Amino acid sequence: MSNLNTLTIAAARDALRKGDLTSVELTTACLSAIDAADALGAFAHKTPELALERAAAADLRIKAGDAPDMCGIPLGIKDLFCTEGVPTQAASKILEGFLPEYESTVSGQLRDAGAVMLGKLNMDEFAMGSSNETSVYGNVVNPWREGNSETALTPGGSSGGSATAVSADLCLAATGTDTGGSIRQPAAFTGIVGLKPTYGRCSRWGIVAFASSLDQAGPMTKTVQDAAIMGRAMMGHDPKDSTSADRAVPDFEAMLTGDIRGKTIGIPTEYHMDGMPGEIENLWAEGAAMLRDAGAEIRDITLPHTKYALPAYYVIAPAEASSNLARYDGVRFGYRAKMAPEDGITEMYEKTRAEGFGPEVQRRVMIGTYVLSAGFYDAYYNRARRVRALIKRDFEQVFAAGIDAILTPATPSAAFELGKEVADPVEMYLNDVFTVTVNLAGLPGIAVPTGVDRNGLPLGLQLIGKPWEEGELLNTAYALEAAAGFVEKPGQWW
Amino acid sequence: MSIDVATAAKVAKLARIKVDEDALPALAQEFNAILGFIEQLEEVDVSGVEPMVSVTPMDLPRRVDVVTDGDQQAKILSNAPDAREGFFSVPKVVE
Repeated sequence: MSNLNTLTIAAARDALRKGDLTSVELTTACLSAIDAADALGAFAHKTPELALERAAAADLRIKAGDAPDMCGIPLGIKDLFCTEGVPTQAASKILEGFLPEYESTVSGQLRDAGAVMLGKLNMDEFAMGSSNETSVYGNVVNPWREGNSETALTPGGSSGGSATAVSADLCLAATGTDTGGSIRQPAAFTGIVGLKPTYGRCSRWGIVAFASSLDQAGPMTKTVQDAAIMGRAMMGHDPKDSTSADRAVPDFEAMLTGDIRGKTIGIPTEYHMDGMPGEIENLWAEGAAMLRDAGAEIRDITLPHTKYALPAYYVIAPAEASSNLARYDGVRFGYRAKMAPEDGITEMYEKTRAEGFGPEVQRRVMIGTYVLSAGFYDAYYNRARRVRALIKRDFEQVFAAGIDAILTPATPSAAFELGKEVADPVEMYLNDVFTVTVNLAGLPGIAVPTGVDRNGLPLGLQLIGKPWEEGELLNTAYALEAAAGFVEKPGQWW
Repeated sequence: MSIDVATAAKVAKLARIKVDEDALPALAQEFNAILGFIEQLEEVDVSGVEPMVSVTPMDLPRRVDVVTDGDQQAKILSNAPDAREGFFSVPKVVE
């Protein structure tokens, strides 16, 4: 077999089991692809020796029979996941030199299932960003380009390294995390599938925290079937995360029939935004038509508080971040600033955090500090939490009225030029306008590539499901994927 | 609500982030842009709505209050920028 790195998880799994290929061969192919792709900036820390060691162990396990689905599958792991003995920095200077003594639950489950970690993937610093331009490692570049243009485009963020690595076939799949759209937006920008599970499905233990009530890990894959396989391996109850759901995780792959006859798909009126490109509107209408043709009923719905999701998010997420990031103080791990002889502990904190955090992280920590400060707590933080309750209620009402899933665009545009939106933070925040509601309501959401724009860049649609119904959501996504027949790949220029 | 330079300095102090004096006006301006965006929330009628505590209605699990972990001093100190004699070391805290 040639180009082993382009395989899906499902195809590789089947070939590994048949003995048609080994994990060492598969892993070697990915490692070569990674070494040839430094121009993309996707991998921040490469772990080739560890990968080959795990691949060899996986081959033995497969030979012995009864290996799990993920056994021998080479993956990239977002730098937000603590990985034992392997640098974990959340793409921040403040975690320079940090070598975790433990493994996050999610990456540990994948490791225990026999998956092969190829290295740690670049991302926005502390997962704060929508263009992967806030990383201490530098920008990640989207493998896709507009026609013959050489302009570097963003892969989106914050899981930009994961998106680029999967899209450019540097790995079979990657882990991502999603606090406001950080799996789904980059997936849409790079023509891959990204699943954000229901809040509580994947343990947050050992994942560097950004906003704990919103953060959720998920798979970023080449196909919906792969998201089903890898998602199942990442989920499950973990006593070490008090918000982890004690619920059985079904075999999602077995639920992929593609049969969505009789299902009702909602189209939310409020997601028709002013100034949205006509191509996105068309893509959305085409997606609805595909689901209708597959036997679903399409119904217009209303989610009246949609407009307030982003402002509520930009209170709640920074508030939680300011609290979570208080731990980076130069005492227990990571970076400590050089001090003057007269400096005391307060100067140590202040200099360490000023030098260790990048501008966007500092901005959000300070906004969070402000909205939580005495006198403003009620006006900002409590009000935002009330609005959040209303946003969640909007979804509950449409689900109660018989809606099975909701179809929306994944992003308000295709991938944009690196450097284009950095100057205005609020403009950058608008990238998450379609995805952030899902985090606020704790629902599962999936981005599926369904088309390309006039410049040949991928565009994706988002499906939003009911809590804990990832299986049904994946099946609807599977039907959409089949109908859209998206097969385009970026031309290799790197 | 408008944030002036003095408020920006106070927020930076509370967040324990050193901001140079000449950077404060630009910071205050950024805060104002973001807060201007956030202030849309004032349009929403939230009367009678409780602030959301947890997105999935659940009781936090409890366990017996006993030691379940420990004896990992070397591991805990392994990433410290400055550890001495089994402790984290920091500059003088009290004069």
